Amino acid sequence: MIEKKSASFSRALIYFFLAVWALIVLFPFYWMILTSLKSFASYNSEYIPRFIATDPTLENYTSAFQAVPLGRYFLNTLIFTVATTGLMMLVIIPAAFAFARLQFKGRNAVFALFLSLMMIPTELVIITNYVTIVNWNMRNTYLGLILPSVTSVFYIYLLKENFEAIPDELYQAAKVDGTSDLKYLVKVMIPICQPTVVTIIILKVIECWNSYVWPRLITYDANYFLVSNGIQEIRENGFGRENTPAMMAAVVVISIPLIVLFLVFRKKIMAGVSRGGTKG
Amino acid sequence: MKKNNLKAWLYLLPAILFLGVFMVYPLIDVCVYSVEENYNFASQSFTGIGAGNFRYVLSDPYFVQALKNTFIIVAITVPLSTGFALLISLGLSSIKALRNTFQTVYFLPYVTNTLAVGLVFMILFKKTAYTDGMVNLLINKFGGASVDFIEGPYWAKMFVMCFYTVWVVMPFKILILTSALASVNQDYYKAAKVDGATSGRIFRKITLPMISPTVFYLIITGFIGAFKAYSDEVALFGTNLNAAGMNTIVGYVYDMLYGDSGGYPSYAAAAALILFAIVFTITYINLTFSKNKVQYM
Amino acid sequence: MKVVLENLTKRFPSRHKKGAEVIAVNHFNFEIPDGQLIGLLGPSGCGKSTTLNLISGLETPTEGKVFFGDEDVTNLPPEERGVGLVFQNYALYPHLTVEENIIFPLQNLKGAQKMSKEAMHQKAVETAKLVQIDGLMERKPKELSGGQQQRVAIARALVKIPKVLLLDEPLSNLDARLRLQTREELRRIQRDTGVTTIFVTHDQEEAMSISDLIIVMKEGVVHQIGKPQDVYDEPANLFVAQFLGTPQINVFHGEVKDGKLYIGEEAVLDVPGRKDMPVWVGIRPEGFIPDDDGPFTCRMDRVEVMGRDVSVVSTHPLMTGRNIRSIISSENRFKPGQETVRFRLKPYKVFLFDKESEERV
Repeated sequence: MIEKKSASFSRALIYFFLAVWALIVLFPFYWMILTSLKSFASYNSEYIPRFIATDPTLENYTSAFQAVPLGRYFLNTLIFTVATTGLMMLVIIPAAFAFARLQFKGRNAVFALFLSLMMIPTELVIITNYVTIVNWNMRNTYLGLILPSVTSVFYIYLLKENFEAIPDELYQAAKVDGTSDLKYLVKVMIPICQPTVVTIIILKVIECWNSYVWPRLITYDANYFLVSNGIQEIRENGFGRENTPAMMAAVVVISIPLIVLFLVFRKKIMAGVSRGGTKG
Repeated sequence: MKKNNLKAWLYLLPAILFLGVFMVYPLIDVCVYSVEENYNFASQSFTGIGAGNFRYVLSDPYFVQALKNTFIIVAITVPLSTGFALLISLGLSSIKALRNTFQTVYFLPYVTNTLAVGLVFMILFKKTAYTDGMVNLLINKFGGASVDFIEGPYWAKMFVMCFYTVWVVMPFKILILTSALASVNQDYYKAAKVDGATSGRIFRKITLPMISPTVFYLIITGFIGAFKAYSDEVALFGTNLNAAGMNTIVGYVYDMLYGDSGGYPSYAAAAALILFAIVFTITYINLTFSKNKVQYM
Repeated sequence: MKVVLENLTKRFPSRHKKGAEVIAVNHFNFEIPDGQLIGLLGPSGCGKSTTLNLISGLETPTEGKVFFGDEDVTNLPPEERGVGLVFQNYALYPHLTVEENIIFPLQNLKGAQKMSKEAMHQKAVETAKLVQIDGLMERKPKELSGGQQQRVAIARALVKIPKVLLLDEPLSNLDARLRLQTREELRRIQRDTGVTTIFVTHDQEEAMSISDLIIVMKEGVVHQIGKPQDVYDEPANLFVAQFLGTPQINVFHGEVKDGKLYIGEEAVLDVPGRKDMPVWVGIRPEGFIPDDDGPFTCRMDRVEVMGRDVSVVSTHPLMTGRNIRSIISSENRFKPGQETVRFRLKPYKVFLFDKESEERV
């Protein structure tokens, strides 16, 4: 049974290979948790870092919240994420509905224009947007952070496609029953397209939580920092000295919300990303 | 059914408003900025119209460095991550046990804040007074000498840079490729096995052609993404990328706009347009190439 | 409520040719009496669904008027017409339960018509009982069989007590056995409620079996209206004759000469008083009587046994179509190897049509 032997050998090889990559992926997470549990003194005394924390402590977590305004960054990010995502849904749902369901002059032309905007990279428009927000005196404000990212042509497109997949008969049935357009949208279309709506919300939340470039441009007052530029601030002017364990504690705290979200909605997120997500 | 023009425009109004202000207007404006020479941000005045901003940017050593860095990152990470993701996806699709677990683990970097996790990479690679860092200790074990990957020689920094970039972009690619592989009709494999094809032949003649549209999609988006590299660099080397010699084109654009070296939206606009031209050209070449090469069903 | 269609016409811009128009419904005139079940019958693409949409108000006519009773509803939107509509694929809201689906139209009522939650529930249960789905109120549509979904759709259309109930191909998504059962059910519900009901179908058997009246349409034009048996027995033209009845009517090239009907050389039937002219001869399958001395000779092909009856398949040089089918009692016996078969014809099963206009003569 030579064939069988070689098959099980190649199987073992595949598992080994996959396990190595899993290790590379997981190791930084392990390392940041591990380091965050070591005291400042013990971290600096280990020339050869230990792979377990001999004397685990939570003091880094307290200093992460006390020595630097991590809580503030957190709250800002939460406000930013919820407001941006909520506003965006209010903007894109009616737009997608208009394209999918309403008949009006110039619909195809406007939609084509929208689609062509999908090709424009943010890097190109960010310059003027920065100037706009500066001119509007909106630096270091939530509005300044939020406004430029409350529309997404891609999500309008995704939602419109989904809305269109709902059979016309449902709309006609609702019309015969005297349902208004708005009521039909809220009571029928959105519930039916709930998976897509949820996907879009999740993708937007991830995007907001990780956004770095725009908040960095638009805020210089630490009171309005989000976690991304907050952690950068911690790194550069952080704890008054190079306090790696405390920094790692901050990193852990920042990483946890999205990881928990991911573990809870694992299937939805992965399906959503493979349907409509890109990184960055 | 009667047309409802007014209602439709009302539904579209918020989207049109936001897109107009933050997308269409800036698009025109960036072109205007790019040709206004010696633009002064404080007085909002300029001396003339011309290609002077482009000439300045192209002769700026920082920009040239950024251009070089960006191209190196693109050239290394795109093929590496795509090929590697393909290998992993093939591995994943050939196993049953633990498959879900592996998939979940591989996806983790997608949902992490790259700025935050970048710090972990930094301390893993960094050489300080207290420790040489994990990676250096590993190198020492195999008899090599310690290198400072974060503040040391250029190639060492570039290595970390590319390594981290690959680590960050892998989840998306693995996910897309795994679902592409899963959607290949199993009957083709059965037919090929009955016909006595070897597994290598099956891969070359069936699997690869079937998923080639996906592979090209990943290559194209990979190029676009890698050309816009910036946050990952900041995560590893800090905000002063010029000093570290690790700046990218996008980084250059932001530096021109903001911070100690900022206040030059015209230079920023010129650099952004150059980037857009490069990305556009490469995407165009990619698409032309894929049209000839990719075998659709 | 009687429904009157006056000169109803609907034209669509052509999808293939710019500027050109497609006439879906052409000058449709008809009065539908109150409380009847009407079958709107025709091959697919004949404009019957458009007619239904014009009655429901989902589409507005290019010309003509629609009256419900004495009220002109031509320009009323669907919600103000008080119609109930059942779609071919039922169009149930997938995310709502059976009860929520049935209640949905009631929640849109405004002003004086507004109902309390309790009243709505009461009404939904009542309607559900009528269509016998009151045990399924908490289920979602996808947990129901096709027949059950059909009933929910009917209940939803009936709950507002519509003036007119419209059904678009109500049975076509059901399997054959369920179709038979459901069409009787439909008849019963219509009788119980007394709502004027119009249903669209392409299945002539379905239309004939339950309708009080049938309307046969083709290419936007009404070809005949009448009681099912009347239309079958006295088709107005060749199309109607061919469209009704299975197996299809057999059509031959024929000629009237000297008070006799000729098919080829044979005088198959006496037709006293008819003008001499070339004609289409339509003979229903049940119009043949095998008779060794009969005047009409066909080439025997085969005999298909169907139990009570047999179907004799034969051919004739002047037939149209692939072969001739005649249904006769199985008491008739045929010799194996028999090459020809001779028939007598029942005069009331033979129809003559003008060669040019294809109208009945």
